Amino acid sequence: MSVVQISISAVLALLVLCGIAMMSKVKTAVAGNLLSALSMLAAIVATLWFNDILDVPSLWTMLILGFLSGGVIAARAKMIEMPQMVACFNGLGGGASALVGMMIYMNWGVQAGSKYAMFTRSTAMLAVVVGMLTLVGSAVAAGKLQRLLNQRPVEYKGHNLMVLSLLVLSLAAIAVGTVYGGNIWICLAALLLSGLFGWVFAIRVGGADMPVTISLLNSLSGVAGAIAGMATGDILLVAVGGIVGASGLLLTQIMCKAMNRSLGSILFRKSPKITVKPMVKPATVNPETIEELINNLSDMEIQELLDALNSLTGEIAGLRKELAALKGAGVAAEAAPQPEKEETATDVLRKAKDVIIVPGYGMALAQAQHIVKQLADRLAANGARVRFAIHPVAGRMPGHMNVLLAEADIPYDDLYEMDAINGDFKQTDAVVVIGANDVLNPAARNAEGTPIYGMPVLNVDEAKQVIVCNYDLKPGYAGVENPLYTRKKGVYLCLGDAKQTLIQLMKDL
Amino acid sequence: MINPWILVGVFVAATVAGYFIIRRVPSLLHTPLMSGMNALSGVTIVGALSATGIAVLAGEGAAARIIGDVAIALAAVNVAGGFAVTHRMLRMFKQNKKKK
Repeated sequence: MSVVQISISAVLALLVLCGIAMMSKVKTAVAGNLLSALSMLAAIVATLWFNDILDVPSLWTMLILGFLSGGVIAARAKMIEMPQMVACFNGLGGGASALVGMMIYMNWGVQAGSKYAMFTRSTAMLAVVVGMLTLVGSAVAAGKLQRLLNQRPVEYKGHNLMVLSLLVLSLAAIAVGTVYGGNIWICLAALLLSGLFGWVFAIRVGGADMPVTISLLNSLSGVAGAIAGMATGDILLVAVGGIVGASGLLLTQIMCKAMNRSLGSILFRKSPKITVKPMVKPATVNPETIEELINNLSDMEIQELLDALNSLTGEIAGLRKELAALKGAGVAAEAAPQPEKEETATDVLRKAKDVIIVPGYGMALAQAQHIVKQLADRLAANGARVRFAIHPVAGRMPGHMNVLLAEADIPYDDLYEMDAINGDFKQTDAVVVIGANDVLNPAARNAEGTPIYGMPVLNVDEAKQVIVCNYDLKPGYAGVENPLYTRKKGVYLCLGDAKQTLIQLMKDL
Repeated sequence: MINPWILVGVFVAATVAGYFIIRRVPSLLHTPLMSGMNALSGVTIVGALSATGIAVLAGEGAAARIIGDVAIALAAVNVAGGFAVTHRMLRMFKQNKKKK
């Protein structure tokens, strides 16, 4: 590599860094992204130029094919699908790095006469392993998010042992590959082992822990690129890969903190249970069999059953409440002429001068962003100050909720991070919760032993008037009952599809 | 070929620099940041291009060419898709016009 080449790589790496630095403000972010993209384009052209391969036609075919399909996918993606989209792209990057590692290891396409054969072989094998792990892990994550795979954590027998031995075997493959160069079987073994490792590692992660997994995979895809860069001796690849690796790691850290969980507990132990839906079977078992069954149950299975029981109790409580509400409504209708009428959610909103809206993933699922925007506009026209409180893990990837609201034209300076708004719930006139549950569950502060214990939550329970527009009162992903719903005063439940409920609410307003 | 230690040094320096720069990005922009980073991780396209190009010129067999071509295509989808979708997202962020 000549001096010119090295200086060009350094300049491009700095430009990429500048581009990322510009991503820290909304106003400069678009330009920052373009700067990064242009630097990348320049890097591609420089590579073709310096390696004297401008006139190899198949390269151009592949480039154009890839660019076009990438552009089409990006133009079609829905904002709510962004997490699986990012996961998919991650996987592709990781896969490409694995293939580059494979080529270098096999001595295909290497400039002759390397003095550091050992280093090249070990990094090439490492790129194969990390890249393949990223590819398979991302595919599993994307499959879970797209609901093609079971969203619940899947755990095999002896899962931890499996993870550990696959990891050790992958490392062993790297070691063997470092000693014996150019052996396709070693390379294929490494691909297989690291692919399996990626599978067992990602299949155990559940829906709520997805933001962490995606951030981590993002980091890995960068690291895979950097290692491939070490194998090819390309400074730019190493630098940019390193930057991406750092960013993914940072986001992983932020997400873990927001959920009050350590990375280790997410990857190596069981994720919190998603509400278990037990199968209803006619009870034709005799007592002895049941006893035998119970004796044979593992701790884990018992915990699962208990969770199922909990969620069932929750459902029953919810149904009871709905029934009571229905009865209450009937009574109220009969006793209509009474002078003292109870305040409704609409009355509260009509009077409110300061409203905080708490959106959750349920809002996104109901595609209610645009109605929420209309509601906010209506309240603002009424003279109210409307703010949005965004919990760091609202949505399925870091910052997902902000994008979903921005898509509905809600100005970003009305969006507040949890720390910035948590003190204001006390003074606000009304809080509207839309499809959010775990992120405002006060049980997180004191329900020890539950998955959400210790997780920082939005202080919605401190507000005097809370309007909850959720689909139902079932516990969220974490499976913990929300005591807010049973509060006697100042809580108005509008259950059902968020879109319908909000339309009704606005009609009455 | 560059000295391996220089490469490792560059990796460490880039990681540290990246960490401190990215720490300043507010959570508001974390999704676009991530998808932008995602696009950048497709930088491996540079390695794919050089390896494949050299392999083709050196007259390597079909296996090398196919693996190289697939690597280029995958990375190209990653790069183009990543940057395009980031651009789309960032364009959606709007400021409140009626702010006092």
